[in-house]
Amino acid sequence: MSSIQIKIKEKDCQKIKEICESFNNDPGELINVLHKTQEYFGYLPAEIQEVIAENLNVPVAKVYGVVTFYSFFTMTPKGQYPISLCTGTACYVRGAEKVLDELKKELKINVGDATPDGKFSLSCLRCVGACGLAPVVMVGDKTYGRVAPEDVKKILEEFNS
Amino acid sequence: MTLINIKINGREMQVEEGTTILQAAKKIGIEIPTLCYMNLHDLGIEHNPGGCRICVVEVSGRRNLAPACVTKVIEGMDIKTHTMRVLNARKTVLELILSDHPFECLTCAKNGTCDLQRLAQELGVREIHFEGEQSTYKEDFSPSIIRDMDKCIMCRRCETMCNKVQTCGVLSGINRGFEAVVAPAFEQDLIKSPCTFCGQCVAVCPTGALTEVDHTNKIIRALSDPTKTVIVQTAPAVRVALGEEFGYPAGTSVTGKMAAALRRIGFAKVFDTDFAADLTIMEEGTELLGRLTKFLEGDKNVKLPLLTSCCPGWVNFFEYQFPEMKDIPSSAKSPQQMFGAIAKTYMAEKMGIKREDLVVVSVMPCVAKKFEAQREEFAVNGNPDVDYSITTRELALLIKQSLGDIKDLPDEDFDKLMGESTGAAVIFGTTGGVIEAACRTAYEVYTKKKLDKVEFTQLRGFEGVRSAVVDFDGLKLNIGIAHGLGNARKLLECIKRGECEFHAIEIMACPGGCIGGGGQPLHHGNSEILKARAAALYKEDAEKPIRKSHENLEIIQLYKDFLGQPMSEKAHHLLHTEYFDKKKKIYIE
Repeated sequence: MSSIQIKIKEKDCQKIKEICESFNNDPGELINVLHKTQEYFGYLPAEIQEVIAENLNVPVAKVYGVVTFYSFFTMTPKGQYPISLCTGTACYVRGAEKVLDELKKELKINVGDATPDGKFSLSCLRCVGACGLAPVVMVGDKTYGRVAPEDVKKILEEFNS
Repeated sequence: MTLINIKINGREMQVEEGTTILQAAKKIGIEIPTLCYMNLHDLGIEHNPGGCRICVVEVSGRRNLAPACVTKVIEGMDIKTHTMRVLNARKTVLELILSDHPFECLTCAKNGTCDLQRLAQELGVREIHFEGEQSTYKEDFSPSIIRDMDKCIMCRRCETMCNKVQTCGVLSGINRGFEAVVAPAFEQDLIKSPCTFCGQCVAVCPTGALTEVDHTNKIIRALSDPTKTVIVQTAPAVRVALGEEFGYPAGTSVTGKMAAALRRIGFAKVFDTDFAADLTIMEEGTELLGRLTKFLEGDKNVKLPLLTSCCPGWVNFFEYQFPEMKDIPSSAKSPQQMFGAIAKTYMAEKMGIKREDLVVVSVMPCVAKKFEAQREEFAVNGNPDVDYSITTRELALLIKQSLGDIKDLPDEDFDKLMGESTGAAVIFGTTGGVIEAACRTAYEVYTKKKLDKVEFTQLRGFEGVRSAVVDFDGLKLNIGIAHGLGNARKLLECIKRGECEFHAIEIMACPGGCIGGGGQPLHHGNSEILKARAAALYKEDAEKPIRKSHENLEIIQLYKDFLGQPMSEKAHHLLHTEYFDKKKKIYIE
């Protein structure tokens, strides 16, 4: 008959408390609180959502509902080298989807996930403003243009060495 | 109040400003079909997300069809509720919903009571013109409730009950689009959430997505095992609702036929949970008087108010949400568990049966009772005091399987030893009943005077939070009553803030008390049904020769032969329990 336990580091707990307080612990500010928290931690794991729920006095199911509704929020940490693939119109028509398939195959992960070793994570975004280079892939802050599926392996190798 | 002129199907009428098309149509006898909509009149809860689009109607001058449940009438509105365009649209909407619904109707627990099924019949859907992906989701089996989200149509009624009415905050809509589902946080199973198993979500689910765990087969197996003696107890609220499953009007008391049916199904003894309710009053009433006496003597450490503890949904609620107050509720077990504990000791001894060979079945208006029955503290060496707890609906199923109907059965009595009950026990089934029963006994024990009039009508009613003063011959007792966990929360928070001073409080998890329990025949939000059930209980109370728990002859016998005194060491061991802090804990590393 024991209760469920959640473990979190003290400084993380303190930071979340500060963020919630900066919005007066107002449950109506849940989305803004999640925004700020994700900005700081990079993602929103379960224990962080629990602490937010506690501070704002809302059910954690509701917090989880909001986190899963908006695609901007993520529960998986970003990799050391976050990979973003542009799927904007220009990149899309020039074969971004095939590049994405290749990335998924090479990394063995889906969009929104990170590799088990934490090295890479994969996300899609809409237009980086370099349509002339379509399709565009960004790894960290490095940009690759006119990427073909067969280039993917080579790009990843640069970060694997 | 401003009146607005509108036209429905060519008929002119005036309605109040703020009326929806759905309500206006109802006034002239037109029932627009709905699916996600839910109106729990007396709770003040209207659930109208306008999501399913079944209730669409045509409004002149408006390009698209309007959902009647959320569209308010405006001056001059010309509404048509069943044009060909409307009927076709409704059918299309329903076909789209059905295109992502498993066709398991014949084997579904809700077969025959499903709103989706009924609607498909009423709208004349004979073919599904759409084919597409089917959403699949893991099933969740808890001790009380089964979640089969493949059958969910996202009406989100359960979410309203869980969050707005019961304030448990367990269920929430998660993900979006095709992936959307109603689930506890992090898609964990109910058992890992603060779910109280009150079953109000089950009670309002239009489909088979939320159902109770069905124990009828286990009971049939036990009944056919020659080495087992199977006995049954029935809760007060069951007898005034069971009839509805067999076509009787709401508020028909079928106590005698129910006892006859149970005997014919094959139960060795047909007993009454009401007997245990009288026992509960003896223990809880004594506990109340004990605390009160100490309080009046100036003891500052005494815990008041005393909170009732019969309701397992409520017990779960305070263990999760208000664990800091877990010393306040009465330590008395619920009638179901008192019955089990006494049956497997006192009765087993008298009948010469070994504990392991005795199977105790309870029939409850409740799904939380299933969870309660399997709590570790209510077992001896792994053998539970109550083996199986079934709902009123499951009993109806068991009767239909075994006997077909109850209509032609004679009225029979409960068996002796644990079958006698008083009027006080009968009213346990409705909000305010437990505390009224407690007052009848506590008054006479405290004042040593006979009550002229046993009814404490000031404690009756349907308001969510009520308070009343009961005069114990000069000692004025402040009594609080709440039904529905959201109302219970209001009372608890009031106590926490130190703003209200009560001596005793009765809390029932379900709106209306047990008569509105999650295991009862579905009332589809019609509170008139609840009122009829409550009236039937008060009528049965009034007709009982004995109406005070301490005058129950079998209870007097039980104390004489077995327990000694209320709150004796033996009584404490068998009839009292403790509560646990189950609030989620955040640990700092």
